Amino acid sequence: MNTRLKLLTCLVAAIFCLAQPFSAQSTTDGETTIAQKSFGQANEIILTFATPQAREFAENTANYRVFEEQDPDIRLEVSGIRLADDQKTVTLTFKSPLKQSLPHMVTINSASPSQAAHQTIRISKPYLGYLFSILISALLINNFVFTKYLGLCVFFGTSKRKDTAKGMGLTFTMVMVVSAIMSWFFYQYILKPYHLNFLQIVIFIGLVSLTVQAVDTVLRKVNPALFNAFGVYLVLVIANCVIIAVPLILADNEYNFLESFMLSLGAGGGFLLALYLMSSVRERMELANIPPTFKGVPIAFIVAGQFALAFLGFSGLKLF
Amino acid sequence: MATDKTNIQLVVNGILNENPIFRLVLSMCPAVGISTTVMNGFMLGIAVLFVQVFSSCTISLFKNKIHPRIRIPTYTLTIATWVTVIDMVLAAYLPEAYAKMGIFIKLIVAFAIITMRLEMFACKESVNASFWDGIGMGLGFMFGMMALGFVRELLGMGTLLGYDVLGFKPLLFFVLPFAGFFCVGLMMAFFNYIEVVYKRSKRA
Repeated sequence: MNTRLKLLTCLVAAIFCLAQPFSAQSTTDGETTIAQKSFGQANEIILTFATPQAREFAENTANYRVFEEQDPDIRLEVSGIRLADDQKTVTLTFKSPLKQSLPHMVTINSASPSQAAHQTIRISKPYLGYLFSILISALLINNFVFTKYLGLCVFFGTSKRKDTAKGMGLTFTMVMVVSAIMSWFFYQYILKPYHLNFLQIVIFIGLVSLTVQAVDTVLRKVNPALFNAFGVYLVLVIANCVIIAVPLILADNEYNFLESFMLSLGAGGGFLLALYLMSSVRERMELANIPPTFKGVPIAFIVAGQFALAFLGFSGLKLF
Repeated sequence: MATDKTNIQLVVNGILNENPIFRLVLSMCPAVGISTTVMNGFMLGIAVLFVQVFSSCTISLFKNKIHPRIRIPTYTLTIATWVTVIDMVLAAYLPEAYAKMGIFIKLIVAFAIITMRLEMFACKESVNASFWDGIGMGLGFMFGMMALGFVRELLGMGTLLGYDVLGFKPLLFFVLPFAGFFCVGLMMAFFNYIEVVYKRSKRA
């Protein structure tokens, strides 16, 4: 137990070390006068100066130049600036929402001619936080079963017993992560460079079938006990549309490797969660007195509808 | 082994006795996800009909050349090819409808109903019978989607195919996305009820 605790502490420490280079940091050209910086609403950047600023300087749009780090040539238009009453905090408002997952650069002219010409600061979200938000989004906010309505055939087919639900969910998550990573490599290094985008569907479904076959063969040899428990679900995985939807979404959004991993993990975990919740209810329902016309599938649909309603509550959830 | 049903029986079988949505409970994702209007149901129905008919015919043509051990991958690749075709055709000629249906067109490749028909029917029967079976299944799916779209559009928005029919909105609830679950559940229960009543009247 003690060693396990130590291991956990090490793991947490390692994650924090990894997070350091990704977290928000400023690259200073000369002396900076900005004490704090962050994204505000979808189209806002909030800067806090170290010292109080004159209103005519701080609220002049000509003094700010904002662009995404990867496209220095494309200036983002500042539509309004508001200086708070403490004369330090400035809120820049933009015409269109910012892509807050990308780092942004802000160049500010100096207040007095004596200082260096201007300063540039970098604003970015903590990358680990962004990855985590992808995971949570796929798991809860955009749950594949309850808010995207995918994978329903298998969902209703295997949610009668808790054991089945757990087995199916775990097998599914495993296959999903492996196949999503493989599809990502294929898409980035073969389909995109050779302009074979129209082959997406054929390639992805082929890869999924291949993964399922491979997992089947490997599991049979390496761990027969596990195969006996989960083997039956492997066949069902192919007939599930979530498994093909995830590579297609990855390709559409141009996610990078880590983001793809997180999305597939979230999608699989979300499916597991949905199956487990549903099976818990259906086990109880067997004892309930249900009108004969509603017995079986119809009542399962009504229950799923109520779950979908409940999951709608996550839609306002915002992380980081 | 040939089927002894006539072509018309095959079509009717797909629409009524083995209706993919209400009887076989397959391909539920689009039935819940995009059945908000009759038009959506019709468009996706057309796409599924196309893929089902052409895949059935292809498999039926080559049934003697396909080794039984690799039959499932063969089915999948055949379906994927035809889905790619309809995907590109719709994207080019009907971009508006295509945008509405989103990812579901591409997901036809994973619809259990198509694979099931290839496995149960097309790999044993003649091209002619497979063609009519494909038509029946495709029409059955289209009928199910349109019936759902009819109920949801009429009750939710008071319109049919975009035309104002009722002049008011009886139950806005039905156009909300999650109402698909409730709608499918209630309609299944309704059909079950009809069956129960029918059997009771037969017995009496």
